[in-house]
Amino acid sequence: MATKVRIPAPLRKLTKDQAVVDSNGHTIQEVLAELEKNYPGIKERICDETGQVRRFINIFVNGEDIRFKEGIQTKVGADAEVSIIPAIAGGLRKE
Amino acid sequence: MKKIKALKCKECGQESPPIAKHVCEFCFGPLEVVYDYEWISSVISKEKIASRPHNLWRYWELLPVEGQQVLSLNEGFTPFWKSRNLGKFLGLKNLYIKNDAVNPTFSFKDRVVSVALTRSRELGFDVVACASTGNLAGAVAAYGAVGCFKTFVFIPADLEMGKVVGAGVYDPIIVGIKGNYDEVNRLCAEVADIFHWAFVNVNIRPYYAEGSKTLGFEVAEQLGWRAPDHVVVPVASGSLLTKIHKGMSEFHQLGLIPELHTKISAAQAQGCSPVVTAIKENSEIIKPVIPKTIAKSIAIGNPADGYYAVKTVEKTHGLGEWATDEEIIEGIRLLAKTEGVFTETAGGTTIAVLKKLKESGKIASDETVVAFITGNGFKTQESVQEHISKPYLIEPRLNEFRELYESLVKSKQVEEHNFLKNPAYQIK
Repeated sequence: MATKVRIPAPLRKLTKDQAVVDSNGHTIQEVLAELEKNYPGIKERICDETGQVRRFINIFVNGEDIRFKEGIQTKVGADAEVSIIPAIAGGLRKE
Repeated sequence: MKKIKALKCKECGQESPPIAKHVCEFCFGPLEVVYDYEWISSVISKEKIASRPHNLWRYWELLPVEGQQVLSLNEGFTPFWKSRNLGKFLGLKNLYIKNDAVNPTFSFKDRVVSVALTRSRELGFDVVACASTGNLAGAVAAYGAVGCFKTFVFIPADLEMGKVVGAGVYDPIIVGIKGNYDEVNRLCAEVADIFHWAFVNVNIRPYYAEGSKTLGFEVAEQLGWRAPDHVVVPVASGSLLTKIHKGMSEFHQLGLIPELHTKISAAQAQGCSPVVTAIKENSEIIKPVIPKTIAKSIAIGNPADGYYAVKTVEKTHGLGEWATDEEIIEGIRLLAKTEGVFTETAGGTTIAVLKKLKESGKIASDETVVAFITGNGFKTQESVQEHISKPYLIEPRLNEFRELYESLVKSKQVEEHNFLKNPAYQIK
């Protein structure tokens, strides 16, 4: 079973308008690498030159912010759901 | 001649045209106005500023609008004075109070809204809106009414009555959201995506936020064209703090003040202190919190400019401190009794934090310190009404008053009621 990755609207131009795509990997870093392979150009939108997730992008694994886990080394289970969400102007999402 | 050159991403530096937009399309970072400083420096001068009317538009060159037709209710250039009693009480020889609670709608938000609505009109909008903890709602409602905009204000449903009335009197459409400010803010981001309105603190935010710089300009001008040593600023989204610093920095760059060394310190309520927590923990990450404090005007659990506020405090060698709800109430009372200013909870937070920083030796007694009082106490009476003097009830007869007076004398309340004369309070 593949990991489902939710793509925010501003990045869907790169995923051919798909809101959810499959991408595999044991960590967020690997998931992002595979995303880049399938949808070239997406990684530089999510990560800066040093490979760290950009400050105004939040990545959640099963609803948990990876900043409060192991960052891009956060483990991703095979059936995990990964969400990529722009931070916009604050606002805490309860879901 | 256009003085606004572009909007620029604070994170990746990409530039885009100066329209109604707040997020970088490339990396989602916040956008900031880029000015033509070369032109500004060629036309601005202390003499020119000083010759203009006493409102924030005296700094027109440094505000993000192109036209001279501005939407103003004479906001800004609010009272600023050397402390009469509070400094003595706290042991600060050069304490100044900036009282922004006496703006047209009684908070500093009139500054940002005057700028935001002027710019919104320039960009062709006829509907304005905001997400608000209360003060902004009143300001947007007032300026929206005077500027003939259709006006929508979104507020948390549990707001203090004074703030709901203070907005409602201008007849905007008020939407009460069953949730906290962060939820209101998120909803507004979604509404702003669909409805093409000027949301002052969403898609107009890059312009709106610039209005807060004028507090930095004014304090420098009112101090006699120099920067203070230390300022204490209440923090909600973090925008005000960063912009006060930006205002003083611009004055310095333009040669209007000789040097800049001001430490910028952040004050938050303990029940909602994501920025102060990050400062204390030396962390770049702002951990969102669910607010739990009486200081609703600064109860933002996920502050939009929190990161930049932390950076500004660090860069200027300032400090971060929080105050408990009890300390905030004490702060409100202390400012009232020493300086005659009735502030709301945000101002109480500033005073409580100022007191703590002095007591812990982190502010020296000879520093020139400015406390920013950003909102009016009459809007949040609920927060203090149980903690202040109440009337003694008597019949309209002289003997009743005599009896009351004698009992007050006996219980020493007549001598001790004056806080500053009460020997129990040692004036340092």
